[in-house]
Amino acid sequence: MSETTRLFETRLADVDPAIELRGVTKRFTTPDGSLYTATSDMDLRVEPGEFCAIVGPTGCGKSTSLTLISGLETPTAGTVEVHGQVVKGITPGVGFMFQTDAILPWKTVLDNVAMGPRFRGVPGKEADANAHEWVRRVGLSGFEDRFPHQLSGGMRKRVALAQSLINEPAILLMDEPFSALDVQTRAIMSNELLQLWDQTRPAVVFVTHDLEEAIALADKVVVMTAGPGGTVKAVFPIDLPRPRVVQEIRFQKRFVDLYQQIWEALREEVDIAYSQTTSAESAA
Amino acid sequence: MTMTTTKPTTTTTPQTATATTRAAVAAADEAAGVRAYQIRQRNHRIRVHITQAIVLVVIIGGWELGIGADPQKIILYGHPSGIVNQLVTWATQGTALGPLWVQVVTTIEEALIGFVIGTVLGIVCGIALGRIHFLAEVFGPFIKVLNSIPRIVLGSVFVLALGLGIESKILLVIVLVFFGVFFNAFQGVREVDRNLIANAAILGASRWQVTRQVVLPSAFTWIIASLHVSFGFALIGAIVGEFLGGQQGLGQLIRESQGTFNANGVWAGMVIIGVFALIAEFGIGRLERRLLRWRPPQLNSSETAGL
Repeated sequence: MSETTRLFETRLADVDPAIELRGVTKRFTTPDGSLYTATSDMDLRVEPGEFCAIVGPTGCGKSTSLTLISGLETPTAGTVEVHGQVVKGITPGVGFMFQTDAILPWKTVLDNVAMGPRFRGVPGKEADANAHEWVRRVGLSGFEDRFPHQLSGGMRKRVALAQSLINEPAILLMDEPFSALDVQTRAIMSNELLQLWDQTRPAVVFVTHDLEEAIALADKVVVMTAGPGGTVKAVFPIDLPRPRVVQEIRFQKRFVDLYQQIWEALREEVDIAYSQTTSAESAA
Repeated sequence: MTMTTTKPTTTTTPQTATATTRAAVAAADEAAGVRAYQIRQRNHRIRVHITQAIVLVVIIGGWELGIGADPQKIILYGHPSGIVNQLVTWATQGTALGPLWVQVVTTIEEALIGFVIGTVLGIVCGIALGRIHFLAEVFGPFIKVLNSIPRIVLGSVFVLALGLGIESKILLVIVLVFFGVFFNAFQGVREVDRNLIANAAILGASRWQVTRQVVLPSAFTWIIASLHVSFGFALIGAIVGEFLGGQQGLGQLIRESQGTFNANGVWAGMVIIGVFALIAEFGIGRLERRLLRWRPPQLNSSETAGL
């Protein structure tokens, strides 16, 4: 081992993880007054620059973990730390892509992308120039003056991506961002996400139902147990080489092996979640 | 060799020729289709307008013929030709209260000033209470009580307190306009998509920036809907205020006509008010299209909004 790598590794060990959840439990009060436990005693660690995908059945608290990291919600018990700091209020340096469209329908593409810098007090011209650059990077040049309703679903996702990345977040949280897109558009967007991620290398937490998507994108896949009160069941490192082509990587032998391995862990949880919904339906 | 080179050209030429003619025929078909559609649309519009004209002629003609030349009926019910005569007389010779334009300006002034103040107050209070739950809980019951009393009666209180000038009328208009705008603004704030607020907050927006750039534009669809109704209330407030006690204005003019058994005068006053209500409606429609131009076109149809 050379001197420089050793130095690098000792420094890496010193660096705080980008995200650390310790024993995090989150309970919500439901409208009828009872308590619902979304996550219970959850531990999760994401290193700086790491792409982490979280998979799990419906209702296992995947999305909740994102709202806790972003600071939109506070945990009922346990601690959430970002870069060694306990999260209080909206976490600075975080980007969030929502499952549904969250770009402002009354702002044009350019104004939507320029929102982040403007909120932070960057002068108008500078913010616009920066926004132009990001609109170009996500491949929407020529659409700057369109309103969101004039764009396709995939284009709106690109706007949302540019809107988040323009702030150069150290952490990017993504809540099933491409689930509403058709299969082809989804694969294209996944590839572009990987390219854009490679430019600035934020730590990513990507929540999805789709195991194939998770393996194709991530450095590690976290499988969660069925809810209520979901927690981390197992963590699988993904050692597929980068750069990856999302549409083609699934034909590799290593991908298939990983898929089988992780699916073993995931299948039980999916079965549990499914039996819960069917028993709830027959009870109702 | 020459055979092999010439053969493809002889076969491709007819192919491209048929392709271009096919394209030309398709374009011509399409143009014809568009023209036929436009003609159908135009004929449809003409039929609608002709029917509207017939309805108008039947109503006005029936009214005129039904009253006939009976002087007693003319005094009690009025008739269209008498209304036109009354309008011409007022315009050329002035009214019993002074020049016609003074009456019109007085009423419009009261309605407009009250409308603007009432709308602004309604928006500010609606958004403040919608955003700050503590305020909503404190003032909610007061607003419900105020809303439940017949506010038009407050006109009498205002005339007693503020006198016969335009101040009492403006106050009545404000009270009438405020509540409609307030409740819509409040509801509009409550209906804002939570994801939009969360997204703006994560992008770095302060609470005020969220209010200004997310909540307000979103609530505007609700607020604008209330403005159509509110301007009607503004005119009613001004006229009723003048009825209850005033020196100038269309309300006074109508009351004076009623007192002198001049039904034509009452109708003529209504016609003038109606014209201004239509102009205001047009203006609000324009404002609506301007402020809501970000919405998909099918949601913005002014015809359905006007109904």
